[in-house]
Amino acid sequence: MRRSMLFLPGNSPNLLVNAACLGADAVIFDLEDAVSPAEKDAARILVRSTMGHMDFCGCETIVRINAVDTPYWQLDIDAVLPEGPGLLMVPKAGTAEDVRTVEAYVTRQEARLGLASGAVGLMPLIETALGVENAFAIATCSPRVRALFLGAEDLTADLQCRRTKEGREIAYARSRLVMAARAAGVEVYDTPFTDVNDDEGARSDALTAKSLGFTGKAAISPRHLAAINEVFSPTAEEIDYAYEVMEAIAAAQRQGKGAVALRGKMIDAPIVARARRTIATAQALGLGREEQV
Amino acid sequence: MEIARPASAGTMESSDAYVEIEPREDGLEIQLESVVLDQFGDAIEQAVREVLEAMGVERALVRVADRGALDCVIRARVEAAVLRGRGDG
Amino acid sequence: MNKVVGSIREAISLSGLRDGMTVSFHHHLRNGDYVLNLVMEEIAAMGLRGLTVNASALFDVHAPLLRHIEGGVVTGVAASYISGGLGRAFSRGILQGEVEFRTHGGRPKAIAQGVTPVDVAFIAAPAADAMGNCTGKFGPSACGSLGYAFADARYAKKVVVITDHLAPYPLQGWSISEDQVDYVVAVDAIGDPKGIVSGTTKMTRDPVGLLMASYAARVIEASGLLQEGFSFQTGAGGASLAAAQFLQEIMVRKKIRGSFASGGITGCLVEMLRAGCFESLLDVQCFDLKAVESLREDPRHQEISAMQYAAPGSRGAVVDSLDVVILGATEIDTDFNVNVHTDSSGVIMGGSGGHSDTAAGAKIAMVIAPMFRARMPMITDCVTCVSTPGRHIDVLVTQGGIAVNPQNGELKDRLRAAGLPVMEIRQLKEKAEGITGKPKAVSRGDRVVAKVIGREGELLSSIRSVPQNP
Repeated sequence: MRRSMLFLPGNSPNLLVNAACLGADAVIFDLEDAVSPAEKDAARILVRSTMGHMDFCGCETIVRINAVDTPYWQLDIDAVLPEGPGLLMVPKAGTAEDVRTVEAYVTRQEARLGLASGAVGLMPLIETALGVENAFAIATCSPRVRALFLGAEDLTADLQCRRTKEGREIAYARSRLVMAARAAGVEVYDTPFTDVNDDEGARSDALTAKSLGFTGKAAISPRHLAAINEVFSPTAEEIDYAYEVMEAIAAAQRQGKGAVALRGKMIDAPIVARARRTIATAQALGLGREEQV
Repeated sequence: MEIARPASAGTMESSDAYVEIEPREDGLEIQLESVVLDQFGDAIEQAVREVLEAMGVERALVRVADRGALDCVIRARVEAAVLRGRGDG
Repeated sequence: MNKVVGSIREAISLSGLRDGMTVSFHHHLRNGDYVLNLVMEEIAAMGLRGLTVNASALFDVHAPLLRHIEGGVVTGVAASYISGGLGRAFSRGILQGEVEFRTHGGRPKAIAQGVTPVDVAFIAAPAADAMGNCTGKFGPSACGSLGYAFADARYAKKVVVITDHLAPYPLQGWSISEDQVDYVVAVDAIGDPKGIVSGTTKMTRDPVGLLMASYAARVIEASGLLQEGFSFQTGAGGASLAAAQFLQEIMVRKKIRGSFASGGITGCLVEMLRAGCFESLLDVQCFDLKAVESLREDPRHQEISAMQYAAPGSRGAVVDSLDVVILGATEIDTDFNVNVHTDSSGVIMGGSGGHSDTAAGAKIAMVIAPMFRARMPMITDCVTCVSTPGRHIDVLVTQGGIAVNPQNGELKDRLRAAGLPVMEIRQLKEKAEGITGKPKAVSRGDRVVAKVIGREGELLSSIRSVPQNP
């Protein structure tokens, strides 16, 4: 479950050591933009050492490696792969080829290190116009791709437009990414809201992302995590409805009925699938009902 | 591994450590300054020695200015300093 | 009649101060205070010896006091708080005797009852008239409340008001009145405004502080006490201020009108007053300019003496009407005893201030502190120094979880029900040590350098000397 992901600079020990407590479902150790070229080596070692020694108490660890057009990304992978990151975030993914390059290297290193093949998933960071246009191809280029991630700061620079709080300039990219990811059957995560002092803005930005179909949203400040988690958690009403759906299905099966209606609406396969997802999330959050399987 | 030139890693910020390494004629010398010297001085020195040993560093002067870094941070900073100062890299 | 005398030295000699007597000071000018140094300089120059300095607090700015101790001018020190720069010297054993720490409520009580009688009190007054009516609300060195000085003025045998803003008689809005004052001295400056109050108090951006603050606000929300008539106190630290701001959001959203906030007042609490969260502020000390301005302008914002604030066993103390107080700690042990006097190595760097007074009085005393600072875990088996006994502490909030004192089972149930991460304090200690490693016990010196005296006058703890690191 990744409602929220928190970016943490890869070379800041005081932030890394508290990563597990800050309330994010996942943390993203950033070896890319948050680390200057002169400190890439030290950050890589620090992130590896931290991942190896700290207990993250169930908080997933994701590493943003450097882009494939830099001399760093292979060293990044070499360092963190043995520590079992939940995902590798691949920045500046413009084409399927970019991601396949990383995939091939990860596969080779997994074999070399004797790690389970295919264990580490990739999360391409879509932050260029080219990447948005290629979103579906990227999402489907490898079974390692588990999710797409929208990066709006670089994208708006590439689009030659101004990044705004309202985000009208990224509306198309958001919808396009959700469409591509859902068509490919992978998750999709929204760009962080960058004004760390605007709590209301963060909440409303999360609501927008949720309404468009995003699975979750990243943050650059722990302050925004509570709102993001709340927005991307199922509501009590949604949970109740999901259980009703499952009960109606079970009842229909007992009675040998084919079509099932609930509250005057036909329940079809997508509704059941959604109900299952809602219940799974609710259970992960401790909001599920005990008797239900 | 031989230390060929002076190198450093880390910062003086809280929860970090600044590690300097220099070539030395013979043996290891570790100089430690720490805000938690009384409570963790031995543990820090042991961590430094373990990293040096694992990396095969037998001759070096290592100066650690610790600002309350956790064990995994100390180890990372020593490793980074060694790699920056090594002769064969 | 006119009580103005020409110089501090003249006031000292008129007061009859002799060897071995006690002089007192208050700390509202905090690290900007000039008065203590000016007075002690004169006392030393006059050749007096063996004096006791009883100050409500000592700050780094008072470092010249160490010279007077070394020279034998000062042989006794009593305070409610000593900052780190001076604390180190006392921990090394600069004083032949022992520093006596009392609480903000215990200090005026001891003065009033003659346990620690004051011979001459020196009142640093940002505004005064020629008869000695004085206040902190006006003048170039305005500091707001003079709460800690009231007992000194009332009970000292002689009272000297020192001001840099002599106003026409009668001063309006006085805090301490002329009937208690013997002499008035005008000086160029009683303090450096930059060190007296901070301009603004900003919301912390430290993620750990913010997380603890949000837990703290949720603990209060879940405690059952957050309702009409709620009363509250918090400190000026980053996490405490953030907790107050989160609390304000909750109170405004739920339209809860509290009764009062007390203690040291910040702009943050002034905001809460203006937002309708409280009916009044009871102010023993102002921390920033916004608080000073509010005390001057807003009749709902009232100055209180340290006696009224916190004195135990008096006819009435504000702390006894408190619902919730948020407190800090340098260490807390598994019996919830709190240390705010020394750091983990045993070096003096603080003091109780109102810590144990408010903890004893409030229905819920909450300590917020990170699980560890740099690498030092905050939860120990046994605190270096007991500043506030564990029986007065109800709940500990850290970024890694919340521990409730077992004696407060109802609160524990409420916090659990609210979905807060409640755990045993021992679990929390193990969790922190899992991250930091277990610190080695630090050896202490043989000499007692300070006594921590509880609010009822009982000896709570003895602080031992710290060997000097080479």
